[in-house]
Amino acid sequence: MSEIILAAPPPAWKRALAKARSNPTTAAGALICLIIIVSAVFAPWLAPYDPTEQDIMNRLQAPGGEFLLGTDQFGRDILSRLMWGGRISLTVSLGAIAAAMVIGGVIGMVSGYIGGRFDLFVMQVMDVLLSFPSLILGLIVVALLGPELVNLVVAIALTAIAPFARVARAPTMALKERAFVEAGRALGFSHVRILFGHILPNILSEVMVMGTLWLATAVRVEASLSFIGLGVKPPTPTWGGMTRDGFENILDAPWLAVFPGIAILLLVLGLNMVGDGLRDATDPKLRNE
Amino acid sequence: MSEASDDRRAAGPRGLNPPPSAEPVLVVEGLRKHFVSRKGFPRARTVTVRAVEDISFRIHAGEAFGLVGESGCGKSTAARALLRLIEPDAGRVTWKGEDVLAARGAALKALRRRMQIVFQDPYSSLDPRQTIGAALVEPMRVHALAEGAEARRRAGALLEEVGLPPAALDRFPHEFSGGQRQRIGIARALTVEPELIVADEPVSALDVSVQAQVLLLLQELRRRRGLAFLFVSHDLSVVRWFCDRVAVMYLGRIVEEGPAGRVLADPLHPYAQMLRDASPVPDPSRRGILPRIIGEIPSASNPPPGCPFHPRCPQAMAVCAREVPRWTEAPGTSQGGVACHLHG
Repeated sequence: MSEIILAAPPPAWKRALAKARSNPTTAAGALICLIIIVSAVFAPWLAPYDPTEQDIMNRLQAPGGEFLLGTDQFGRDILSRLMWGGRISLTVSLGAIAAAMVIGGVIGMVSGYIGGRFDLFVMQVMDVLLSFPSLILGLIVVALLGPELVNLVVAIALTAIAPFARVARAPTMALKERAFVEAGRALGFSHVRILFGHILPNILSEVMVMGTLWLATAVRVEASLSFIGLGVKPPTPTWGGMTRDGFENILDAPWLAVFPGIAILLLVLGLNMVGDGLRDATDPKLRNE
Repeated sequence: MSEASDDRRAAGPRGLNPPPSAEPVLVVEGLRKHFVSRKGFPRARTVTVRAVEDISFRIHAGEAFGLVGESGCGKSTAARALLRLIEPDAGRVTWKGEDVLAARGAALKALRRRMQIVFQDPYSSLDPRQTIGAALVEPMRVHALAEGAEARRRAGALLEEVGLPPAALDRFPHEFSGGQRQRIGIARALTVEPELIVADEPVSALDVSVQAQVLLLLQELRRRRGLAFLFVSHDLSVVRWFCDRVAVMYLGRIVEEGPAGRVLADPLHPYAQMLRDASPVPDPSRRGILPRIIGEIPSASNPPPGCPFHPRCPQAMAVCAREVPRWTEAPGTSQGGVACHLHG
């Protein structure tokens, strides 16, 4: 009986990935993200110079020549600082979005599944959170807790919980009316099993797509907070902080502000392109099932 | 096997278990479910939909009990309420003497194993992200019936029992047709070895040719496993073929109950008579008889006083608008009963 085993069809995410790869915009976005991630992760080995070592002899060098992207007013290599700064951007954004995805996703799922007054209450709390613009809420939290890396993660995660709760709640409410949930109850499954074993796999792709798109927002918020001086403290390089420092010499050495700005732009653009592609690939209306 | 199928063709499933055991396995008494919602703006009114007002019936081991009525009469709600898929407001449900409505935790889980449900819509009744094998193995694991290779072997055997190849184990629901999915839903209900299956319009969503196959499968399972059925349907010909006893529901109440042969051929209640006459019969000599049902079913949020059927009843009397008719035994032995002032 058990010898008849046909190959299982590829799981949904594999099909989505194949579809996303065939889209040139998504592929370009993925390439941009990949380059930035690799250069950040391997910065200690790839960066040509120490990002914090000052070299007064070579201050404010123009791009090209010995320093590919030039040097700042302390003679630090811009390219190396960008690569190291990417680590901060990515760590903060990934950490914050991962936390928001788990916390917000569980809140939304449980709230939608339980429904009734509980759902009403939870969603009103989420609406209050949602009414603060991300930057303002992040600003309040960092101002209260102090500009540490962990606090940045907490601040940005807080701003992103509500959207994830919403995105998880809506499909949960639709799914809990489906007969397979009722079948599970009739079969004696616990609510936890139904929620995490049956509803979660069905909403996961939507939450993941949302995660990619919100990563871009997180990168922006982190850069903005660093720009106004509430990011990780100097001398640790951050893209927002570098942009701000560059402003002081914008007329003499515009590259100081321009290159970190371009880095932020590219990462946000790349993440958005990947997110859009993933969304299209997992959209049930476009998927031929 | 061939002998069995000959027998089936001759007699149909009715009468396969002619003397049901004396003690009923499932007893439902006075089951009630009202849905309360607040509607309207700016001043919200409380609207109570009396989906199930008061129903009582018993099902014996191996018996197929039909619950028929128009859409909206509360038959699906009743089926779900007795399985505790929705919590009923009042009434008593016992399974072999054990109180179903009071059961909690492990006791409820054990009762759930005894009673399973097959749904109308085969497209929403399976988890789209779960393979058929996983869907069949999961209930066995939850109830600690089988694990690993043994569970998989059992799942494959169940698929064969419902007429699907074991290779289906590794496939996903979207790769199957409606009829095949319904078979998978039936196999899933069988994983926990139930004694009663609540079939909620199990073939209504299927093509007519597939309907027959699924009905034959249910009948075959009933014979082989001695399953009892609560068969909810609006299709009288299907119920006539499948069920031993039938209850006719109207606006949340049972208006007539009895052996399927008598109730569907020779009903006492005017509503049951109308249903019979409206149901198509494959007999050209009866072509001339037109359905006599007048009007629409009243809203369950505002049911008429007295007998719920009196506004549509051609034989309504003054008393019908005032008093809910009492339950009266039908003439003869175990011919069921009727709730109608004509027979009071």
